[in-house]
Amino acid sequence: MTTPAMDFTLTRDAFGHLSLTDAAGERHDHVQVVRAFPIAAPDEGISVLSAEGHELAWITHLNQTDPATRQLIDETLAARDFMPVLKRLKSVSSFATPSTWDVDTDRGPTRFVLRGEENIRRLPDEMLMIADEHGIQYLIRHLPALDAHSRKLLDRFL
Amino acid sequence: MLTNTMATADTASTPLLPDPWHTYLQSALAPDESIEAWLTLDLDDTLRFSDSVLVLTGRQLIACATDGQIAAWPLDATFELHAHDHAGVGSLTLQDDTARRAIWRFTLTQNPAALRFSRRFDQVLDALREGREAGPVPAVLCAQCQAPLPPDEDDCPACSGSIDQPPSTWTLFRLWRFARPYKGQLLLGFLLTLAATGATLVPPYLTMPLMDNVLIPYQNGQQIDTSLVVLYLGGLLGSAVVAWGLGWARTYILALFSERIGADLRTTTYDHLLRQSLEYFGNKRTGDLMARISSETDRICVFLSLHALDFATDVLMIIMTAIILASINPWLALVTLVPLPFIAWLIHLVRDRLRTGFDKTGRVWGEITSVLADTIPGIRVVKAFAQEKRESQRFREANRVNLEANDKLNRVWSVFSPTVALLTEVGLLVVWAFGIWQVANNDITVGVLTAFLAYIGRFYGRLDSMSRIVSVTQKAAAGAKRVFDILDHASSVPEPTNPVHLKGVQGQITLANVGFRYGNRAVLRDVDLVIQPGEMVGLVGHSGSGKSTLVNLMCRFYDVSEGAIRIDGTDVRSVPVAEYRQHIGLVLQEPFLFFGTIAENIAYGRPDASRDEIVAAARAAHAHEFILRLPQGYDSLVGERGQGLSGGERQRISIARALLIDPKILILDEATSSVDTETEKEIQKALDNLVRGRTTIAIAHRLSTLRKANRLVVMDRGRIVEEGDHDTLIERGGFYWRLYEAQQRQVEGEVLTPTITPAMPSAHTAGIAAEPALK
Repeated sequence: MTTPAMDFTLTRDAFGHLSLTDAAGERHDHVQVVRAFPIAAPDEGISVLSAEGHELAWITHLNQTDPATRQLIDETLAARDFMPVLKRLKSVSSFATPSTWDVDTDRGPTRFVLRGEENIRRLPDEMLMIADEHGIQYLIRHLPALDAHSRKLLDRFL
Repeated sequence: MLTNTMATADTASTPLLPDPWHTYLQSALAPDESIEAWLTLDLDDTLRFSDSVLVLTGRQLIACATDGQIAAWPLDATFELHAHDHAGVGSLTLQDDTARRAIWRFTLTQNPAALRFSRRFDQVLDALREGREAGPVPAVLCAQCQAPLPPDEDDCPACSGSIDQPPSTWTLFRLWRFARPYKGQLLLGFLLTLAATGATLVPPYLTMPLMDNVLIPYQNGQQIDTSLVVLYLGGLLGSAVVAWGLGWARTYILALFSERIGADLRTTTYDHLLRQSLEYFGNKRTGDLMARISSETDRICVFLSLHALDFATDVLMIIMTAIILASINPWLALVTLVPLPFIAWLIHLVRDRLRTGFDKTGRVWGEITSVLADTIPGIRVVKAFAQEKRESQRFREANRVNLEANDKLNRVWSVFSPTVALLTEVGLLVVWAFGIWQVANNDITVGVLTAFLAYIGRFYGRLDSMSRIVSVTQKAAAGAKRVFDILDHASSVPEPTNPVHLKGVQGQITLANVGFRYGNRAVLRDVDLVIQPGEMVGLVGHSGSGKSTLVNLMCRFYDVSEGAIRIDGTDVRSVPVAEYRQHIGLVLQEPFLFFGTIAENIAYGRPDASRDEIVAAARAAHAHEFILRLPQGYDSLVGERGQGLSGGERQRISIARALLIDPKILILDEATSSVDTETEKEIQKALDNLVRGRTTIAIAHRLSTLRKANRLVVMDRGRIVEEGDHDTLIERGGFYWRLYEAQQRQVEGEVLTPTITPAMPSAHTAGIAAEPALK
């Protein structure tokens, strides 16, 4: 599967907004870059949407973009996608919900409140997604890869 | 520090900055500079968790990093601060008229505070532009009780209680709340238990004189005293009969009592569940809720009727036996009690594992019922896509997890029981040895030893059964926890503490600055809309534009996250939920018919309606004639999902249902979307009758169904983008025009290719639309 070279250019203005100029030379301001599969395949399927939410461009894989665009996309996505990956559960306040969890994530240590067990959802391949009371989603990439202490704590909620 | 406290005393609203930020900021602030607002930022630029603070004074905006590093922006009239959020991260952007100056990020935990900060920023900047002092922070009123909220708080202290208390391990004792009405019975049951236990302790006591006064003397060559034997044996029989009678009365009374508690618990939980908001049901799985209310309450009931009773008896028995044993011979009694601490320790060891195990099996059981509750209603989709195997696999998997959890539990459990048995056997051995030694030393008689052994048999038997109860108790405790989980959940659509009653509803609806957030997604933003009494408003927009959410908010299925909805000027949150909904008629896309007759279904909202009223409503809804064609007329039974009736017929029944309660406000949520054009015309006629004289909010995908609307409101991505009647909007050539054009083209396409189009929608909606024919 070969895809044609990028037929658009992305630029960022002084306000930090992205603009896209398509092959026809038409300029779209305030475009958004989103991932189609933020969890399953973060580097595949990147879409550029207009301010109205219509798709302007589709990037099959991030490595098909030129370095400048890639950097722009990476920066934008880094500031947009927030899904801390749980590395370790340090402690939980109680085994009954609501329960406050003290955790280490790939974005530093934090604590959050789990409202109920149903906010822990199983995804394929032993992946877990935990939503806290404010809707922030924490990810456990691979359950068996967690350390024993964390797994033991987590097991009380599964 | 002192000056700061003084300042706060003067203007109660000035927020106080906590340390260490306060210390860090000292150098950056002029002596007379006061803090207008501050905000904790819990994320840094790279979205890592790290605390910093953003401070607004009358002159500058200061960001203070974790390490105390300070960056300041002197306020300028061109400054703007914009708040945004996406997927759990909020951001505040500072910009002037040429470029972005700075961006700060935080999790949604801080969002309300950030919005407050941004509001205050606007006030301060407005004041700056007009060259005046920014006044004090205006007080915000609680939507429910109209009391001013304390500064920096979003929850009204008067209305919201503490809800974050996790249920304790002693959950079972919370069942007392349900036992209280049956205090008398419980006391009687307890006294009977006491008496029955006492009666069962008499026989071993009688073996002592039987041995020492009858059997031993006979062995030593004396005659058997027949009258004495008759007396003792009579005593044995008498105590057995008394124990039987008392035991019967006790079991009966306590079983009655526990069944009633179980029933109360079930109905209370169900009542509580019904009062929850739609949001709650959206997050929970049907199967799990069903398992909690049915099997968990039953488990608690069984525990109360059988095991709690046994447990009480056992404890009594052990205490009484211990007293009797001590009164006969304290030393021997002491030896008897030797295994007790070991058993207690063992119970303690095992209890926690058992409870977590049972808690887990409870959850897994919920999972199993959930699979059933998912697949059975969706069976048509499963069959249509030939996924029986996969669903079976899913069920198998849930069962496997169940097996795994149970296996783990049984490993602990299987070791536990025999260990207790072994300990009691050893205990018996010790008593034999010690007893024989004492008999040899002539400290006790053979009779005493026999009685002791008889008691100990019971004693240890009780210990054994008590230890067995550990598992059941833990099972019931886990069940009680899951039931109380439901009971402890405060509805997110709370009943007002000081309810306002509506008198003579006119039907004016005002949406003021309404915002709604579902999880971390903002679904509605800044919606302002006034609907006059009797007006019909059509809501149009792409799916996902927030139309249904808006309607759900008007029905108060959810409460708004920001802003307010008012009916005739009264905030809907201050009106009792049930009273408010009486004034609302709702017709949904997929009408739901309950199991029962058609008449019952029409009278669902007003069970006391007379037959004439039912028929009148059905007539107005154009349902009368087709109902009469059914073999049993209005008494025809309709199934769970209304099998046997077509989509259009069910829809007209639901319209009759809405007509019968004669609501002031009517909400039509895609009422005609799931039927063909021909049926739609039929329904449209029914709807025209329904709409007359009522404030109506209609959502329709097909714009042609909104011909009668006085006004159309066009929504896009959570905002109102256009408003006006059909002609005005078409003239404007904006969003609505595009929608309309797109649909016109589609209609023309349908006309050109009539042979293909009918097949298309039916194939497309095979899994959704309910057609009665397919079995």
